[in-house]
Amino acid sequence: MNEPVMIKRIRRESSDVVSLFFDWDAEAAPGQFVMVCIPGLDEVPMSLSTIGPEKSISIKAIGETTRFLHTMGEGDRISVRGPYGRGFRPDGRILIVGGGVGMAAMMPLLRSTGADLIIGARKEDELVFLSECREYTKNVWVSTDDGSVGFHGNAVQLMNQVLDEGSYDMVAACGPEVMLYYLHQACMERGLECQLSLERFMKCGVGLCGSCVVDGQRVCAEGPVFDSATLEKLKEFGKFKRDVAGRRVRL
Amino acid sequence: MTSLKVNVSGLRLKNPSMVASGIMDETGDSMIKMMESGAGAVVTKSIGLEPKDGHGNPTLVELDYGYINAMGLPNPGIDAFGEEMEVAVRAGVTVIGSIFASCEGDFSLLAGRMEDMGAAAVELNLSCPHASGYGMEMGIDPVVVKAIVASVKDSVRVPVFAKLTPNTHRLMDIGNSVQEAGGDAVVAINTLKAMAISPESARPILRNRFGGLSGPAVKPVGVRAVFDLYSVLDIPIIGVGGITSWRDAVEYIMAGASAFQVGSAIGHKGVQVFGEICDGMLAFMRDYGYSSIHDMTGVAHE
Repeated sequence: MNEPVMIKRIRRESSDVVSLFFDWDAEAAPGQFVMVCIPGLDEVPMSLSTIGPEKSISIKAIGETTRFLHTMGEGDRISVRGPYGRGFRPDGRILIVGGGVGMAAMMPLLRSTGADLIIGARKEDELVFLSECREYTKNVWVSTDDGSVGFHGNAVQLMNQVLDEGSYDMVAACGPEVMLYYLHQACMERGLECQLSLERFMKCGVGLCGSCVVDGQRVCAEGPVFDSATLEKLKEFGKFKRDVAGRRVRL
Repeated sequence: MTSLKVNVSGLRLKNPSMVASGIMDETGDSMIKMMESGAGAVVTKSIGLEPKDGHGNPTLVELDYGYINAMGLPNPGIDAFGEEMEVAVRAGVTVIGSIFASCEGDFSLLAGRMEDMGAAAVELNLSCPHASGYGMEMGIDPVVVKAIVASVKDSVRVPVFAKLTPNTHRLMDIGNSVQEAGGDAVVAINTLKAMAISPESARPILRNRFGGLSGPAVKPVGVRAVFDLYSVLDIPIIGVGGITSWRDAVEYIMAGASAFQVGSAIGHKGVQVFGEICDGMLAFMRDYGYSSIHDMTGVAHE
């Protein structure tokens, strides 16, 4: 059902990410997403970065639609439908890993669990949510590809160090798919459960059209969060995606 | 012995359920997943000669009793679709190749390609309500329908099904055209042309403005259409439109369908809907003494 909502407030999270907050009473679970419609322009899937009665989406300006969302102001209206998909199923002691704006999808899980956290970004001014995260968890590690702050390297390298020292039952993560691919490899080698949130080009959002499939799995219905056992069987994960016409193309 | 097996103009299926075109059928692995979920056959997304992006989002409106979609026939084109067909056919999926084109020659060409790729039957999309120059724009003219079906029948050996639009007062004439041209079955119904408007933005929600209504809202229209077609046709009818439960499927069969397709329910009920429908229908048939789908087809006319 399309629900019109009014943007209540806007928060700048980093040099290229903003969060839009709106009141919407729909029930949502950590890791679920919504289809966000800008009337007359486009409709795109977005992870919820806040899931209470006041909800938020956090947007990195990449294409025409996301750049337009960055120009929206308080009082402007968008329309949302959802929440859709299967979110995280937290179990035991969790390590959360967020890469870039993928951290948006991890915020609800972080707030509800207070789990240990790794945030990765290319450089310091692209780190998102860092100060807010420190309110919810004691243990936060930061990696940047250029070494401008924290660990000099990527989030998976840092995760391997953290896992060597600590004891965890599962890893929950969202970020660029290449990061998730190597993260999954690392977890498999350790025999550690992981749950990863994937992204694909999406049309219907409700499990009908099949445009977001990875192998036969619908990111909008069986996902967006997939567990280790499912990921292990996916031949396209980390390698291929589908374009808007449904052709298989390299990631 | 009660059996769900059917034979639709030579197409033999383990049960009468099929995945409707456009739903989870654009990739080989998707089709395998649907077959594993219990469908008797999978109809592919409608495939054309060239790759097509379809309409921009929003392409779907969710309603209380259904969906309006305006996908706009997105597809990878028949050449790229070959690898998807190979994956599905190799895994043993019974694939019905859905095709769309703007002239009879292209329909024949695509049907031949589908047959070569291993399709067990072809389904002609003469009914999509939201793609300019295709589908329903041709499928409301009995003369055009007859020419297309005749042309395709000349080019393939596999059964040829024609999917019809309910957006016409000449449904029975069109059904007769399919039969006269040698078509092996009709599939009824495609979606009803529809629109939703957002009061807040004062404009239609869909990028394409209008789309096709599917889901429980259209089931009574579909049942009536199948009933009407059964009263004039000798060729089998495949019922489709809003089937969510075994009761819905039985309604279509009693109206005259020899098999049925499920689309929208895969979204709101999940892929296990095929197993639920088939199990429920089998129990009903045992309780009421129907030994086969054939026994039950069209009984509402008696």
